[in-house]
Amino acid sequence: MKNTKTLLASAILAASFGAMQVHAADVPAGVKLAKEQVLAKGGEGEPATLDPQKIQGTPGSLRARDLFEGLYSEGKDGKLVPGVAKDYTVNKDNTVYTFNLRHDAKWSDGTPVTAEDFVYGFQRLVNPQTASVYSWYAALAGVKNAQNIIDGKDKVSSLGVKALDKYTFQVTLDHSVPYFVKMTVNSSLFPAPKKTIEKWGEAWTKPGHLVSNGAYKLDKWIVNEKMVLVRNHDYWNDKKTVINQVTVLPIKDASVEFSRYQAGDLDITSNSGIPTNRYKSLLKSTPKEVKVSPALATYYYDFNNQKPPFNDVRVRKALSYAIDRTIITKYVTGVGEIPAYSFTPPDVDGFKAKEPAYEKWTQAERNKKAQALLKEAGYDKSHPLSFNLLYNTDENHKKIAIAIASMWKTTLGVNAKLENQEWKTFLDTRNLGNFGVSRDGWFGDYNEASTFLDLFKSTNTSNNAHYKSAAYDKLMAQAAKANDPAPFYQKAEDLVIDQDMAVAPIYQYTTKRLLKTYVGGYKPNLEDNLYTRDMYIIAH
Amino acid sequence: MFRFIIKRLLEAIPTLLALVTLSFFLMHFAPGSPFTSERGVPAAVMANLQAKYHMNESLMNQYFYYLWDLLHGNLGYSFRFTDFTINQLVAQSFPVSAEIGFWSFLVAITFGVLCGVFAALRQNSWLDYAVMSFANVGMVLPNFVIAPLCILFFSIQHHWLPAGGWNGGAWPFLIMPVIAMSTSYIAQIARITRGSMIETMHSNFIRTARAKGLPKSRIIIRHALRPAMLPVVSYLGPAFVGIVTGSVVVDQFFGTGGIGQHFVNGAINRDYSMVMGITILIGTLTILFNAIVDILYVFIDPKIRY
Repeated sequence: MKNTKTLLASAILAASFGAMQVHAADVPAGVKLAKEQVLAKGGEGEPATLDPQKIQGTPGSLRARDLFEGLYSEGKDGKLVPGVAKDYTVNKDNTVYTFNLRHDAKWSDGTPVTAEDFVYGFQRLVNPQTASVYSWYAALAGVKNAQNIIDGKDKVSSLGVKALDKYTFQVTLDHSVPYFVKMTVNSSLFPAPKKTIEKWGEAWTKPGHLVSNGAYKLDKWIVNEKMVLVRNHDYWNDKKTVINQVTVLPIKDASVEFSRYQAGDLDITSNSGIPTNRYKSLLKSTPKEVKVSPALATYYYDFNNQKPPFNDVRVRKALSYAIDRTIITKYVTGVGEIPAYSFTPPDVDGFKAKEPAYEKWTQAERNKKAQALLKEAGYDKSHPLSFNLLYNTDENHKKIAIAIASMWKTTLGVNAKLENQEWKTFLDTRNLGNFGVSRDGWFGDYNEASTFLDLFKSTNTSNNAHYKSAAYDKLMAQAAKANDPAPFYQKAEDLVIDQDMAVAPIYQYTTKRLLKTYVGGYKPNLEDNLYTRDMYIIAH
Repeated sequence: MFRFIIKRLLEAIPTLLALVTLSFFLMHFAPGSPFTSERGVPAAVMANLQAKYHMNESLMNQYFYYLWDLLHGNLGYSFRFTDFTINQLVAQSFPVSAEIGFWSFLVAITFGVLCGVFAALRQNSWLDYAVMSFANVGMVLPNFVIAPLCILFFSIQHHWLPAGGWNGGAWPFLIMPVIAMSTSYIAQIARITRGSMIETMHSNFIRTARAKGLPKSRIIIRHALRPAMLPVVSYLGPAFVGIVTGSVVVDQFFGTGGIGQHFVNGAINRDYSMVMGITILIGTLTILFNAIVDILYVFIDPKIRY
């Protein structure tokens, strides 16, 4: 009963969502569509799996967005768009979310998408038997009992999800998560077709077996050549879908992708589809095809906070101050990247970090301060600071490391020896903490600041800088419970960067893609959550 | 002859076993594991992942599991492409590389032998130098230079050929991969043929044939070509295996979906079962084709008997 009351109380909030636009190709009047509606897009390499609950990277989620549909999707500029859910209600503390599902949503085998499919999907994610490396996402979203189930301490059925009836799905959280709906955009919280999975086991994602509820269904998957998706006429909004077929080319290398784009094999590249050395010439030759926009991601250097000399905040600050971020973004990376002084990108929804003090200084002032701090920490020309700078083998990382090491050498007399390792060896070294300074990057999982700031909680397994601060953990715990978490986020930013400089933020990544002028309906957003069902091919 | 074949087949078993053992342990000793990722994996999830691949057991046990599966023709699940078994991935990608390889091989032999013979018969003339300089260029130019140049010329500038893809092996998709794949082999075969042909043309039996007044064309085709081919044939055995097991460069530039890319990426991703599977495939083919070369010798050189 109490629950009903809170639901009623929050009905007003939900109503605003109910009235929102839906996802579809909105073709402006007067635009003549091409006869053949086939889109070829870059797929950023081959996904490890198409199983929504097991997907862990961009290649997988990029395809999952076309194949499946969750409760909500992300539209232009990060706006939430209803998916299988028509609308939702939430209680006052943001701990009970009730989603009203549309009655016309269907799987590609014609059966309806029901609340049970979401219950099954959520349970599958946390079930240790599924062995999903993305299971932590449910715990991060705060779904009740998720962590206990992941750890094998509790039964899967004890997860905080319930089908109130065929079309009403309820999620109970163990703490307040005001941004929970935003998190449902991620493929790990998509529904799952129980019958198909039980029938085929691991092989359920193969062409011919896969049953999906998105605008497209899987037709072909030829590893390392292409994946072909065709229109799913059972999709509830099929009438407003224009593109009939999607071919995804799993190209990872930017220069190869660029040549396929030039040859006309691709209509839209992946979000890293512009080779750095081509950017300027492309801006001159085909400016309308170049799409560069900020991404929800930060490039940074980890200091090993537990290891001398990096356990000394003066050393960390000196090294961070001496990095001239403008030179890095202007001359080294050079594809519109934005210098970063805070950890949370400024475009994140609902929180804009204030400039930390050192951002306001000139580079000369920063250098001067850096020199003084390093001297104070006991390093000078006769006793220079020396360490290894670790990065994973990659041309861009190498260029950045050379530039930064030379800045440190010139400004501070520091000897940073470059050490590159191939990916898995690098991850192993970094996870074990066998480094002084290491390259790192973080891509937000959802459009809210906690996806960045949670990283520095002492229990976070991705806290590669091994930063440990009780005060910080407390701030993040308070933020999780607050109705307005922004002030806590600000304090956390101040603490971890301005005060402790646990890591050195360097720049904010950009999405850099090429898009043929005849492709309409491109709706960029920070997380690069694009949906082919929004797009159309203009006659050309 | 029959005994020879049986003997070679029996010899193959310990060789393959040694190969499997060595690659298995070397692969597992490399730093990092297939499950090393940027984000920490919860312990219970990791335990289930490891159990799926028997990685919760001792390395020795894993090795025996692997051998047992191998005896049943099962190469295991891929660690990288978790929706596929290695058997499925090899079945999908090996025919692609084999087809590119087969045509590249034919092109390489045809042009390589022709160029080599042509140059040898005009030894030290400007034509010889021209052909051999061309061959040298072919050898020095790596396929990662040839591939993008081909794409630039044939696809981007002239739109004559598709820039990539496979489409079930339709011939327009084959041409550029074959060019990129065969160039260095043409060069290599041309050089070997030329050297061996020059040596043969100076041997006593050719001199005798000349003295007897046989026409030049008959001397070359009937008498010189066969012995001159011996070094070429011994090169072709391993070269054939190399050429049909694909190239990461060709696969990556042309997006053909061949097996070469799987092999290299398998090592990078620590996809143990992938690397093992392809190593075994390459090992078996190498042994097989070396044996075929040995048998071919009998037909080419009557002096050889087994």
